[in-house]
Parts: sequence; structure tokens; C-alpha cells
Amino acid sequence: MNNDILKQHKISEYEYKLICDYIGREPNINEIGVFSAMWSEHCGYKNTKLLLKNLPTKGKRVVFGPGENAGVIDIGDGDFIVFKIESHNHPSSVEPYQGAATGVGGILRDVFTMGARPIAILDSLKFGDPSLSRTKHLVDGVVRGIGDYGNCVGIPNVGGDTFFEDIYNQNILVNAMCVGYARKKKIVTSKATGIGNVLVYYGATTGRDGVHGASFASAKLDDEGPRSAIQVGNPFLEKLLLEATLELIEKDLIIAAQDMGAAGLTSASTEMATKGNLGVVLNLDSIPKRVSDITPYEMLLSESQERMLALINPSNWEKVKKILEKWDLNGVIVGELIEEKVFKVTYNKEVVVNLPLDSIVEKVPLYKREVLPKPSYFSKLEPLPDNFYSISIKDALIKMLSSPNIASKKWIYQQYDHMIGDSTVVKPGEGVGVIRVFSGSKFKNFINKIFCKGEKGIALTTTANPRYCYLDPEKGAMIAVAEAARDVISVGAEPVAITNCLNFGNPEDLDVYYQLYYTIEGMKKACTVLNTPVTGGNASLYNEGELGSIYPTPVIGMVGLIKDVSKVVKPDFKKDTIIILLGKKTERIDGSEFAKLFFNKLGNKCPDIDLDYEKKVQELVLEIINKGFVTSVDSVNLGGVGISFIKGCIRGNVGGKLRLKGNIATLFGETQSCFIVGAKANKVEKIKRLAIKNGVDFEIIGNISEDKKIEICLVNENNENREFFNLDELKNIYENGFENAIK
Amino acid sequence: MKVGIVVFPGSNCDKDCIYAVKTVMKKDPVIIWHKDIPSDNVDFIIIPGGFSYGDYLRAGAIAKFSRIMDYIKEANERGKLILGICNGFQILTESGILPGALIKNNSTKFICKDVYIRVENNKTVFTSFYKDKDVIKIPIAHKEGNYYIDDNELAELIKNNQIVFRYSDESGNVNDKTNPNGSKYNIAGIINKKGNVLGMMPHPERSIESLLGSKDGQLIFISILNNEKINF
Repeated sequence: MNNDILKQHKISEYEYKLICDYIGREPNINEIGVFSAMWSEHCGYKNTKLLLKNLPTKGKRVVFGPGENAGVIDIGDGDFIVFKIESHNHPSSVEPYQGAATGVGGILRDVFTMGARPIAILDSLKFGDPSLSRTKHLVDGVVRGIGDYGNCVGIPNVGGDTFFEDIYNQNILVNAMCVGYARKKKIVTSKATGIGNVLVYYGATTGRDGVHGASFASAKLDDEGPRSAIQVGNPFLEKLLLEATLELIEKDLIIAAQDMGAAGLTSASTEMATKGNLGVVLNLDSIPKRVSDITPYEMLLSESQERMLALINPSNWEKVKKILEKWDLNGVIVGELIEEKVFKVTYNKEVVVNLPLDSIVEKVPLYKREVLPKPSYFSKLEPLPDNFYSISIKDALIKMLSSPNIASKKWIYQQYDHMIGDSTVVKPGEGVGVIRVFSGSKFKNFINKIFCKGEKGIALTTTANPRYCYLDPEKGAMIAVAEAARDVISVGAEPVAITNCLNFGNPEDLDVYYQLYYTIEGMKKACTVLNTPVTGGNASLYNEGELGSIYPTPVIGMVGLIKDVSKVVKPDFKKDTIIILLGKKTERIDGSEFAKLFFNKLGNKCPDIDLDYEKKVQELVLEIINKGFVTSVDSVNLGGVGISFIKGCIRGNVGGKLRLKGNIATLFGETQSCFIVGAKANKVEKIKRLAIKNGVDFEIIGNISEDKKIEICLVNENNENREFFNLDELKNIYENGFENAIK
Repeated sequence: MKVGIVVFPGSNCDKDCIYAVKTVMKKDPVIIWHKDIPSDNVDFIIIPGGFSYGDYLRAGAIAKFSRIMDYIKEANERGKLILGICNGFQILTESGILPGALIKNNSTKFICKDVYIRVENNKTVFTSFYKDKDVIKIPIAHKEGNYYIDDNELAELIKNNQIVFRYSDESGNVNDKTNPNGSKYNIAGIINKKGNVLGMMPHPERSIESLLGSKDGQLIFISILNNEKINF
């Protein structure tokens, strides 16, 4: 095979030799295309598989972990929650609107393919410097893309995180998470069974869009990048696909299913057959084509959106067709399961692909690289100057509240329908997203849903700490998991499981490989201690721009379970309450928003975290919530204790006094294992006793008043540093900071 | 009272409407699939929110040609009660059952948030359980909710008391600041002359429980239930 062709397909000489060995001959061009897609990082996980296998994936609530279309957990009463996060970074960096929209489409399909009705979307977004016009254009396009798609399909978008850092100037990150609800009896997997059962293709026609998408996503973006790799979304068609799929599953007509996502028809059919330990034969003549001159090569690799592949018993074909017709969908039989474990494709009476199945799916070459003792950039990290003690509380607070990283994200979430479904108990802006679950034990199907008091809810969050992960990948990843757990605990949920999206640079760069290795180590440790197994996720490598590889950005998507959703707690401060800090304070500002804003540097030390202590704090907070001792709960993260306090005042529309022992680093440093809770005076002693019993630090740091005055006072041995603010002024800054920054 | 809920392939607030009818009105609604004319005699029809047929051209522009619209028009002529919410309102204006048009929000963006609306007319079958000038907390979620009508027709609407809801603040002040989408005269909902068809952009089916932030929308469903006997 010509070297240029191999290069175009991103297949190395070594890999080409492997292919020839496996199949005993030289592959034809269609087969090269198949290998290129299936052996890409996106489909084959060739750089990350050996690392990912160390993650804890088992737990008492985990039904399906990594390897399925999405993770599945059991929340009792015959109710399953199905969820996954996935990246759409490269397409969104080139065409933000369609890139982000199809990212949402893809993750929705992963969830409803399993028989789950999507009940929530979250999105984790990373952009570059907000003052650049490129960034403004990307923010606008991505948010409209996510909004238009999700709004049309009708799934509430209940949370996520948005972060700006220069390192993402060229290569932004768009990670979308979908959460679905399924009844235990109706879960469908991608494991194909039954020789002679047929594959039904339904949904959109197959066009040239997205050919090479999987390999495009697995290489560096450059100006010559293939535009054809971008797909275009059609949310209305997605809605039809969703309703038809759920109806087919409800009527037990689907044996196995997989959506045609990355590497389209090829990956969907081969992965399903592989899982069932069978082979598959496809006939491309029957594929509904968008253009008449499309080649078999293109049909096999097309990533045209909104297409599904379902395995059915041929005797049910008429019933299936009727349901597809009801939803105005095109459906054809395109293949069959066979005993011989091959992937065989015919077109125009010719065999165009004939490969041993294991060579494509299971024999993906896996790369293990050297783990450096320390990455080369560590020695270049400079300590922060120590003159920050002279910065006034006022200057710092105003600058931080107006930073788009801290300011209210209402400009984003108001463009998303976050209330559809009549289930959003905690909305974006109010706290960590909470969706109530209409339990399957109480109704026959969604049409009859009636909510009963005392029913369950789920808390959903995404977190990422790219700055911390850059300073110390292992600790940074631990913090990302811990923060996600703190988030769900803050509304009264027990952390259950995570999905993750690993966004990194080029793994062939040993610094990046170090980051990847230690991020996964950190995630492993935190998930083990906090008892939140990993149920799946996705890896997006080769993310880099003019400033080099992006910061290591493991995004954690967590699901927590609330036993009685009517007892949910929110972070807004209430009148006449005492504010208590539970957990650790800090004296450092490394890696913080404060350091970034005042010094444009990160420093050289990641915030500390002790996982055992973290666990103790989390357990304590969950206990006092369940006992009804608290009126508000917030977990401290970006912007530290000071920002958490001010946000509590703004959300509750109340004034208050903060009196904190420490200095400005204590106020704005990003301490870990820390919550701020509010309680009525008569509960304070009880909380204190429990804190002492659990070995958790306890400090009363303020109280909430009737008026709208805010006082912040830092107390140390020699003096008191006190400043006053007007709530409405701070509120104005907080609520408009984001729009002002990206306008 | 028999309640029917119209379902287009892109309807996505249908399940929430079913939920509201079941929990507030304690009725089992009939699902009216856009391809099937119902055999039941339906007294009250809800056209729910969503994206009827994708709405890529203009909200409701395709729906008005749907077979089910003949059924709805006929029901209107017979004086049956019809409530169009969000996309339902858009479909009712597109098909000429209600006057005016819903154009893109003046921000050009989709807006989802809680707003306040003031009851301008509590003498309708849909609002009789509200007090005059009651202020309701209720969510909106739309990109094309900017109500437009020319000045002459607006004068007609005002004269005939057809304006049912106007966007306001919590205290009931109606002005430009309390207008979320640029709607003429802050109009959030109108009724036809005869009084049997209400179209509104806000979502009453999403404001039926304090757990979700508001139950102010309940009274719409309760009003309807209690005005069953009124003939049009």
C-alpha cells in the first residue's frame, strides 16, 4: 500500500504490518478505512486502554460499567439510571454550532439506545481568553448549538461547568453528558445474539459528512483539517429516532442496538457482533443514500448523524416497520448475524470488505509509553510572588465576581430549556442540578407518571480542574472527583458513580503521557476512597494549540442519589441563620482564580487534599443534611470561602457578616474538603458535636441578617481587616460579569 | 369533561401536559396523535409546546397544514375549549385561529426562565379562578415568543378585552423592563373573540407544584374544569 494513503489514514508502518499479519494479505482501500477508524484512539482507545483498566468499575449499584453504550446504575425499585459523558472538541473548535449540537445528539443516542429516556443534559465547556473575538464566536456558537439541539428534542439541561483559560484558545473543549431513566426490565445492550437475526438501519440517510470523523478526532487540529469530518445535526429527526427506539424497546422488538456514532456503520455493526461472539455480513446496496455516487468506503465510514442500528428477529420485521412508519422513519434490513467471526461487506454483488472480526475490534494495538519521573515543565513552574497580602478585599472581590469563571452563567443556562419534563427540582443558578425520578414501581409508563411525596431524585454535576491537574495531575484528578462528590452532597445526595471524559494533548509527548498516567492514578484513588466507581466515559487526545498541549482536563460527571427529593437543600443563605465552615482552610493561593487574575500565573503547587479527611467531611455533611440540621449547604471550590459566602448572600438575597480567621489567602485560596453550611442558632451546638465526633474542623464564620449589608472581616492576631459592601452592587457585578466578558 | 392532548411528532411538552391534567384536573386525557382523528368527543383540547415538525422554517408553519388542524378548526367552530401553550400558541396564530404572530425574541436567543405575568382578564373560562390583576410566577421557554400585532388590531384586542396575560414584575408593574422577549404591549397570552381559545407563551403545566418553584399555573386548569357547562 502506498505510504501516502497510510499517512492519510494515520496508520503507522508498524500498524500496517500488524494488519497484514492478522489478515494474511494486504488490505484493500475499504479495509484500510475500516482499520483507520476502528484503530483510532476514539474507537480503539489504543493509548488509554492499558491505563483505564486500572480504574475501579464495580460497585453495589453498578449494573453495566465501561464497554456499553453508557453506564448503568441501579437506584432501587426497578429503576435504572443510564449516563455517559462524551467529547466533541475538534468539531466544535472548527464549527462550534454544529460541533456542539451533534455532540449533544451523539450522547443522547448513547443513552436512549439502551432503552432509557433521557431526562437531563449537562455540558462541560472550556474556552480560551474571553477577550479574543474567536472565543466570543465560539462561546456563542457552542451555546446556541447545545441549546437548539437539546431544546428541540426536549431534554432539560440542568448543569455543567464553563471555564476560560488561554491554553484553550485554539482547541476548545465541549463535553456533553446525558442522563436517562430506564426500567430494569427494559434495558437493551449492544450485545448481539442469535445467528440469523437481522440488523435494521433506521433514521437519516447516509451521506459523506463525517467520513474520517473518528480519525480526525484522534489527531491534532490543523488548517488542512478535513472539513468533511464535521457533521450536521437534525434534532427533530433525533426526536423521532428517540420516540421510535423507545417504542420498539417497550414492545420488546429490539434484541440489541447501537447508534451509528464514531466510525458509523462499521463500528456499530462490528462492536455488536464482537460482543455476541458472532460475525456479521452487511449489504450496502440497501443503505439509504444521500447522494447516489457515494462509495462503499464512504458508506462504511460516514458519520451522518441520527442513524441507528438495531438487531431484531426477522419475524418481527413487519411490526418494526409499522412503528418506524408511525414516526415517519426510513427503515431497511442491512445485514445479518453469522456464525463465522468475520466482518463481510458486499456492494453491487462484490465483496468489498472481508476481515476477521477480532482483527478490527479486539486486536487494536495498545501502546504503553514511558512514565517520566517528572514532566519537563515542572521545573519551569515559578512560585507566586508573596506581595498579595496588600491586595484589598474590595479589589479582589470585585475582580473575582466579574470574572466569567466565577460570575453567574445565566447567559448560558437561560438559552437552555432547563425546566421541561416537570422534574427539575434544583435549577441551574440555584445550586447543583437535581431531577426527580418518577419511579417505575408506581407507574406503568411515562404517560401515567404521577409523583408521590417522598420519591427519589438524582443530583447531577460535572467538574474539572485543569489548573490543578497541570500543577499536579494526580492531586488535580483527586480533587476533580472529590469536588464532584461534594457537589452532589451539597444538595443532600449520596454520591453513586461517575463517568469521565479525559481531554488531553498528544499522548506521544511524554509530558502528556505523564499527565494521563497520573490523572488516571488520582482518579482511581479518589473513586476508591469515595466509593464512586467509574461506569464509562471517553478519551479525547491530541488537543493542542499555539500555547502547546491543553492542560490535562479530566472532566468528571457524577450522579448522586437523593432518597426523598422534597427534602433537598440549596446553597442560598436564609435570614437569621449562623454560617459555619466545616473542613479545611488554606493559606495558599496556588492554582486559584485569584492568582490567575492578579498575577496571571498558576504558581507551582496544587491545592492539597487528604482523601480520608475529605471522606469524613462529606459523611458529616450528608449526616447533618439528613438530620435536618442545616438551612443551606455549599461546597467551597473556585474562588474559595469568600466567593462561596458572597454567592450564598446573592442567591438568598440577604446581607450578612463574614468573620474569618486568616488572611486574604484564606478568603480566596481554593481550599479543599470544605463546606459552608447555614443553620438556625438552636442547631449549631448539635452540628459542632457531630463535627468533633467525626474529627472535622468546625468554625462559626458568620451570620445572616435582615438587611442587604455585607461585611467581610479578616481576623488575625494583630488586627482586623474589615470592609463593607452593598448586596445589590455585588449582585449586579455577579449577574452581568459573564455577559460583559464575552459580549 | 373529556380532555384531549394533541401530539405532533416534535411535541415535547405533551407529557408534562398529561401530568398536569392528571394531577390538577384529575382527568385521564385522550392522546390525539397528529395522524389520527379521535373518535372520542373531546371537550377541551390542549396543543402543547415543542417543535411540532421541527420548526426549522418558522414555528408552526408546517403544523398549520397538518391533517389534525381540520379537526381543531372544527372543534373551534363547535365552541370546544382550546388551550395552545408555547408552540401550541404559535400554531394557533399561524393557522389564523388567533390573531397576530409570534416572531423571534428581540434578543434573538432562546430564553428559559421564570417570569411574572399579570392577569388582565379574569372573566374567561380559563382564568375565572384568578382575581383581577393577580400576578402569576410561571416559566417561559421559547425562541419565537415575541408577540406581534399591528396597532389597529391591538386596539381591537384591547377593546374586546382579549388580552389575558401581560408580562410584569413581581408587583404587577408592566413596562419595557418586564418584557422578556419584545412582545407588543407585553402580551403573554390572548383569547379569541368568542372566548373559547386561549394562546399563551408561558407554561402553566410547569407551574403546578411548589417543589418545582411555583404552583400559580394550577388555577388555569381548575378554572377550565369548573367552567365546563359554559356554551360558546
